[in-house]
Amino acid sequence: MTAQTQEGIHVGHLYKVFGADPASVMPLVHEGIGKQELLEDHGHVLGLRDINLDVSPRSIQVVMGLSGSGKSTLVRHINRLIDPTEGEIRVDGEDMLALDAAALKQLRRYKISMVFQRFALFPHRTVMDNIGYGLALQGLAKRDRGERAARWIERVGLQGYENSYPHHLSGGMQQRVGLARALATDADILLMDEAFSALDPLIRSDMRVLLLDLQHELHKTIVFVTHDLEEAIEIGDRIAILRDGEVVQNGDSQDIVLRPAASYIADFTKSINRGRVIRVGSIMEPLRPDLLGPDCPHDISIEEALPIAVASPGGEARVLNGEGEPVGAVSLGTLVRALGNDRERDRAAAGNAGQAAEAG
Amino acid sequence: MTDWVLNFPTLDIATLRAVHKSIDAAYKTFSRNYGDAIESAFDPLLWLLIKFEWILLNAPWWVIVLAIAGICYSASRRVRLSLGVIVAFLIIGVLGMWEDTMRTLAIIFVATLIAIAIGIPLGIAMSRSDRMQSFMTPILDVMQTMPIFVYLIPVVMLFGLGKIPGLIAVVIYAVPPVIRLTNLGIRLVDQEVLEAADAFGAGTWRRLFGVQLPLALPNIMAGVNQTIMMALSMVVIASMIGVKGLGMPVLQAVTNQYFALGLFNGAAVVGLAIVFDRVTQSYGRRIQAQRQS
Ligand SMILES: Nc1ncnc2c1ncn2[C@@H]1O[C@H](COP(=O)(O)OP(=O)(O)OP(=O)(O)O)[C@@H](O)[C@H]1O
Ligand SMILES: [Mg+2]
Repeated sequence: MTAQTQEGIHVGHLYKVFGADPASVMPLVHEGIGKQELLEDHGHVLGLRDINLDVSPRSIQVVMGLSGSGKSTLVRHINRLIDPTEGEIRVDGEDMLALDAAALKQLRRYKISMVFQRFALFPHRTVMDNIGYGLALQGLAKRDRGERAARWIERVGLQGYENSYPHHLSGGMQQRVGLARALATDADILLMDEAFSALDPLIRSDMRVLLLDLQHELHKTIVFVTHDLEEAIEIGDRIAILRDGEVVQNGDSQDIVLRPAASYIADFTKSINRGRVIRVGSIMEPLRPDLLGPDCPHDISIEEALPIAVASPGGEARVLNGEGEPVGAVSLGTLVRALGNDRERDRAAAGNAGQAAEAG
Repeated sequence: MTDWVLNFPTLDIATLRAVHKSIDAAYKTFSRNYGDAIESAFDPLLWLLIKFEWILLNAPWWVIVLAIAGICYSASRRVRLSLGVIVAFLIIGVLGMWEDTMRTLAIIFVATLIAIAIGIPLGIAMSRSDRMQSFMTPILDVMQTMPIFVYLIPVVMLFGLGKIPGLIAVVIYAVPPVIRLTNLGIRLVDQEVLEAADAFGAGTWRRLFGVQLPLALPNIMAGVNQTIMMALSMVVIASMIGVKGLGMPVLQAVTNQYFALGLFNGAAVVGLAIVFDRVTQSYGRRIQAQRQS
């Protein structure tokens, strides 16, 4: 692998076992002992097992899974709030495990910042001072700190609250402070552990919009933890799904919805609005030379493609790639079939994935 | 021989006396050899106490009343409380207890300062290690349940009578609450907030002084409050080893059956206690209120 020179985050063969003497049970973990058995017979908790994950720079990697699946444990390895039992973590090629305390501090001050589920604001500091916290640690003078904090206050829409204390703010506003605090340090990498999970649905979708807006400008490398598939699909360039400390699937939203690698994931995707999530590019069929139009771009959703197909005489449409060249076709039948919650198909897909994994 | 069934098997008197004697002798040798050295180590404290007492006794009374009211107001931001403090001190003065009150104030102040200076670092150490906590807790328990008079004996043997032994006895008696509540306060700080400090690259010290101590402050203030109260309750007892102040007249009143004298001075101690209590409590509450709704 070329991980040494690679930009972005690289996690390789990462294991985390919690307990009194993790090293002593590692042989068992490698043999594939179950989480339950490890806990009951050996008194250790399996946090993560053999995690391999590469996050490309300037992309949003979502980490998804049910409670206890190891999401928080995984993100905390990236800035080493948790140390691994075994494995490799590299950030922009730099071996995170080789850093001494001072270098780690520098890295946390300048390169990786974090947003927390319950905001974790400093209750004794004003909004301004919370946002300036990372800057103070960077050693910025008070005036520069104030200027930069003020810019972020404005960017997240908290003008007028500079001198309020966190408890005076609503949850959504508190998390805006949390986000501004993390962004203010100008770190390339942003870790967000269920950052929006504690918020009301409406506020949550506001925050997602804000985050995507900011990402559009700032191009950070973001690792975003959530247990909400819709959120994952809306935000994530890639989505890794964890179960009992293992990655079950890592792919983009189309992979997850169309080709779930396990019935566990198919269960997740059942309730999703497929019409909005699935893009025509992922379900198109081979192009026939006699089909001349109408055209639709490859990255529109089924919902958006349906009216186009309906309006065409043959109930078909050509799919254009990014350069505007026709690369495939969709018919009404294809579109509607993809909408359905086809259990048989999901099961087959999961079966295939299983076979593929065994074969490979 | 069924004697031990009916009577508790006690060491015979001679042995027991020998045990006592050897302990006493050992301690006496210790205090003869090191007493002076230890006493001179406490000279800076004595100097501080004397200076502070001198200022309180020599500054014009109204300056002191105003200063105390000012401190009270800046800590509590409560006008009525501050006016009450002025009235309390005026009454104390009118009833002829000004000088004793100032002496008591001086020793309480210095004792509290020392207790804080010792107690907060110890509390921090306790909060950082569970071993330290399980080592300190029984010691603090003993310190708080040991009858007060027992402290006086070794202190007096070492230092004789006077201000320093008084101060030391007061500090030993009063220091446990600051230690306990500093430890508790730091341990109660929200884990996620600490994690945030770590995630932004705060080191041990920045985290301690920037996050843990400020967030533990309401609890630490509660500890300081209890420490002051305990120091005040030591005043009468300290007067038995020659500490001047409101305790002296109370002690005289007990031996000579002067009821009114005892009552007035006792009331002055209560007055001081109320002032300290209200001021430290409302300071604690004020910083608490700033943070939580
Ligand atoms: N310090 C710890 N000591 C022991 N076990 C731990 C520790 N931290 C986490 N675990 C265990 O590791 C597993 C993964 O925990 P983690 O907090 O990463 O899950 P999560 O996916 O973030 O869950 P949630 O959605 O509830 O936040 C759980 O079984 C948890 O009990
Ligand atoms: Mg979690």
